[in-house]
Amino acid sequence: MWGFLPIGKQAISSAAGTSGVSSSKSKEAEIKRINKELANIRSKFKGDKALDGYSKKKYVCKLLFIFLLGHDIDFGHMEAVNLLSSNRYTEKQIGYLFISVLVNSNSELIRLINNAIKNDLASRNPTFMGLALHCIASVGSREMAEAFAGEIPKVLVAGYVDTMDSVKQSAALCLLRLYRTSPDLVPMGDWTSRVVHLLNDQHLGVVTAATSLITTLAQKNPEEFKTSVSLAVSRLSRIVTSASTDLQDYTYYFVPAPWLSVKLLRLLQCYPPPDPAVRGRLTECLETILNKAQEPPKSKKVQHSNAKNAVLFEAISLIIHHDSEPNLLVRACNQLGQFLQHRETNLRYLALESMCTLASSEFSHEAVKTHIETVINALKTERDVSVRQRAVDLLYAMCDRSNAPQIVAEMLSYLETADYSIREEIVLKVAILAEKYAVDYTWYVDTILNLIRIAGDYVSEEVWYRVIQIVINRDDVQGYAAKTVFEALQAPACHENLVKVGGYILGEFGNLIAGDPRSSPLIQFHLLHSKFHLCSVPTRALLLSTYIKFVNLFPEVKPTIQDVLRSDSQLRNADVELQQRAVEYLRLSTVASTDILATVLEEMPPFPERESSILAKLKKKKGPSTVTDLEDTKRDRSVDVNGGPEPAPASTSAVSTPSPSADLLGLGAAPPAPTGPPPSSSGSGLLVDVFSDSASVVAPLAPGSEDNFARFVCKNNGVLFENQLLQIGLKSEFRQNLGRMFIFYGNKTSTQFLNFTPTLICSDDLQPNILGFITKPVDPTVEGGAQVQQVVNIECVSDFTEAPVLNIQFRYGGTFQNVSVQLPITLNKFFQPTEMASQDFFQRWKQLSNPQQEVQNIFKAKHPMDTEVTKAKIIGFGSALLEEVDPNPANFVGAGIIHTKTTQIGCLLRLEPNLQAQMYRLTLRTSKEAVSQRLCELLSAQF
Amino acid sequence: MIKAILIFNNHGKPQLSKFYQPYSEDTQQQIIRETFHLVSKRDENVCNFLEGGLLIGGSDNKLIYRHYATLYFVFCVDSSESELGILDLIQVFVETLDKCFENVCELDLIFHVDKVHNILAEMVMGGMVLETNMNEIVTQIDAQNKLEKSETFIFQSPRQDR
Repeated sequence: MWGFLPIGKQAISSAAGTSGVSSSKSKEAEIKRINKELANIRSKFKGDKALDGYSKKKYVCKLLFIFLLGHDIDFGHMEAVNLLSSNRYTEKQIGYLFISVLVNSNSELIRLINNAIKNDLASRNPTFMGLALHCIASVGSREMAEAFAGEIPKVLVAGYVDTMDSVKQSAALCLLRLYRTSPDLVPMGDWTSRVVHLLNDQHLGVVTAATSLITTLAQKNPEEFKTSVSLAVSRLSRIVTSASTDLQDYTYYFVPAPWLSVKLLRLLQCYPPPDPAVRGRLTECLETILNKAQEPPKSKKVQHSNAKNAVLFEAISLIIHHDSEPNLLVRACNQLGQFLQHRETNLRYLALESMCTLASSEFSHEAVKTHIETVINALKTERDVSVRQRAVDLLYAMCDRSNAPQIVAEMLSYLETADYSIREEIVLKVAILAEKYAVDYTWYVDTILNLIRIAGDYVSEEVWYRVIQIVINRDDVQGYAAKTVFEALQAPACHENLVKVGGYILGEFGNLIAGDPRSSPLIQFHLLHSKFHLCSVPTRALLLSTYIKFVNLFPEVKPTIQDVLRSDSQLRNADVELQQRAVEYLRLSTVASTDILATVLEEMPPFPERESSILAKLKKKKGPSTVTDLEDTKRDRSVDVNGGPEPAPASTSAVSTPSPSADLLGLGAAPPAPTGPPPSSSGSGLLVDVFSDSASVVAPLAPGSEDNFARFVCKNNGVLFENQLLQIGLKSEFRQNLGRMFIFYGNKTSTQFLNFTPTLICSDDLQPNILGFITKPVDPTVEGGAQVQQVVNIECVSDFTEAPVLNIQFRYGGTFQNVSVQLPITLNKFFQPTEMASQDFFQRWKQLSNPQQEVQNIFKAKHPMDTEVTKAKIIGFGSALLEEVDPNPANFVGAGIIHTKTTQIGCLLRLEPNLQAQMYRLTLRTSKEAVSQRLCELLSAQF
Repeated sequence: MIKAILIFNNHGKPQLSKFYQPYSEDTQQQIIRETFHLVSKRDENVCNFLEGGLLIGGSDNKLIYRHYATLYFVFCVDSSESELGILDLIQVFVETLDKCFENVCELDLIFHVDKVHNILAEMVMGGMVLETNMNEIVTQIDAQNKLEKSETFIFQSPRQDR
């Protein structure tokens, strides 16, 4: 049935004339062919001959296809807009299609499009209304929300559309879309109660659409839509208990209205368990759904079981959400248990996923645990990595003290063969479980060392920092840990992470095993040093610190170690860090007395108890919702900043010691500190840099931002700032004395930005005159390659000169970044153009003849003196461009009103170019001197 | 909600893309490529769901797909959608295409890009399921076809006379 064979339809392709586009062999040939086709279409559109409907449609379809292949389409928009106002369905439809796929933020066009939509909405022709509603839902921009958010509810509940179910359906989803983009623009009102009653509508399509709408609205306004609960339950009950033939067309493979049932069950998940009366009926429904799952299937088709189970899974989600009926929970768990062994992979996947949430309920946790063998088996035998991933998640969720050893052991053994894509996550999970459920910490140490042995490459810093924290804080495992790492290091090839852990632990606690002649100080040292040459620089640096600790622990190996430090490969190492450590440690070992050595190099003090940094990492990786152990995300972040010990054992105690060599050491003991700011992050001095992590210091303005700022005076959209890491784009709109600015932060790297915090800073001078506030903070984590958006609302209270500063601080890799740019909010943004005749203009010009009211500037042109460009700039500046006002046609004259909250200031301007001298004379007259001054400054810089 | 609907063939050539969230043109192309990369390397007979690519929204998102002969139908959805429900929706979509084109094939999607979009528009609107009843969808499409035909008849014949 699903042939998809391209053979036999060749005839159509040549008739449609796009054969070349789809069958081009090479990329270049394709581009060539497409450019030719684009040129052809362009000439057709521009041609004198009016195209007939069929051709218009043909060419627009071609453009759509070319766009789909990833080529820019920079024309045809106007043609598409013209098609919208056609009275012919065919043309209108193709116009709307083009607009929906190739939305353009070009505001001029949006206005025209909105106009066409307005007409169609008012047409009362259901087909045209449908097209218009679809277009709004597709574009869904803020401009559209502004134009139609008030209108759609009327369409949705209007009396006259009673017969047009399809319009109601579309209106409901259209409103939902607008609510998603601009919730502030969709006013709640009388219509909400009427929307709730759509749940009783006869047409199931309308009910489905209304349920989607209500579900989203109810999440933010639960009170307003509370009455939907009982209506939804009774609707659900009617569907569930009906014979499958009752719902005719909405019966899908013998399942009555599966989509609607799913939607209704989702809606109910927005609310707690309902009142007893309704609750009884709902429980009945849920029991019926569970019972039906046990009945023999009415069809062997996969669609039948899919539809039936879609409802079943949603019912189970609701049961888990309510978490109040132990009986239902256990039944749900048993049902999922059956699915765990189902032959359909999809069902096994979903069962594992649902069980994960079930495991956190106290009523069903024990029931979930009974399936442990099945889940472990899934981990071993599933062919599909997605399913195995779910099995790992479930094992993690069902783990408690009673089964931790088993689960950790299984995960470890799975790790040996696990897919690379999920190894790091498994490592984190094992590390967390081992720590959380460790009764015996020797088991914990063994587990982590096993982790490093099996999957050393996937053991992140957090994991080995953590094991060291725990060993240092617990006296009872220190000896065992030293012995175990010593044994592990004897393997001929061991992972570098093991060398780090081993080096650190032996440096602290090597003395605990030194009594055994098999692990005498010298043997310990030689063992470590045998790995030295194979390690990377940070690890070698750590080992050097271990050696100096050995000098303190075991005076007898001091000469040996001094020899090593003194060797050319250390003292003259090309790496500055290693060289410096070698020099300083060597010096320390020779000049310091035993007492001083003992103080400087004393054992690390216990770490303060803090949340595991591994847990923080896992949360970040999986998103907080999937980690059962939910904790405050704020704490989570602060842990990241100071999580884990510094890799150099000497540093902490050294800095606090008033030893003569302390400052020397202080320099040497700064390993590649994960929290250190990069030297280039700001130019405001070293002292400031050290504390810049406290997020209170604002970097000076980024170089080049002045130029960028000037470019935004006459335009509202574009890229404001860009460096290797970050791009900041702007889109802004101003009306009267209000403005809104959309700021887009793009992470240009492939690495996350952490603690990403933009702040808006208005200087004291600026504060009373302009109010700007960020509507909502951005997520502190910006994924690599991602873009996040933030909205700044602006109000101009009175005229102002300075511009607010946007300061952005974040962590990239280990380094702290601090960027400041001026936000291009300038006085002229609050301009409203005023058209006036020549006579009026000169009359007002004369009225403003006070010397303080006029500001004049004569300056040299910085850009080529092009009339059209100049006109565009004056219009972009915000004032009206008045033609045929000035007697000299070469001059430019403009007029407008600056709107502030307190006053409105009329402004007149005149620009006289002198082509020969390449000079301009700009004159501004306004009723306020400061305004004249500022506008003159801003505009002068543009030419 | 449904964030995007993508159809591409076994070689990763897109045949249809419909995004229900604004993405720049470049990002759209990257999403298509990333999705193809994720989906195409999977064996047959594994499950039809997988975690979404980074571009479309990371781990809160799922890709739900079906592979028919030479074409992949992929729906990118967030966690508010039922996986099996979407899987059935893909089936309804393909069955509807088959009814409207009478044994649909890959080229139908290319040469009747507008029709395919119209069919999709009858099923999904602004990222939400609009209609799931195949008869209703086909009725709407038939009505559109009739309207088109009548317009061709009224408007095009006299023009040819001129």
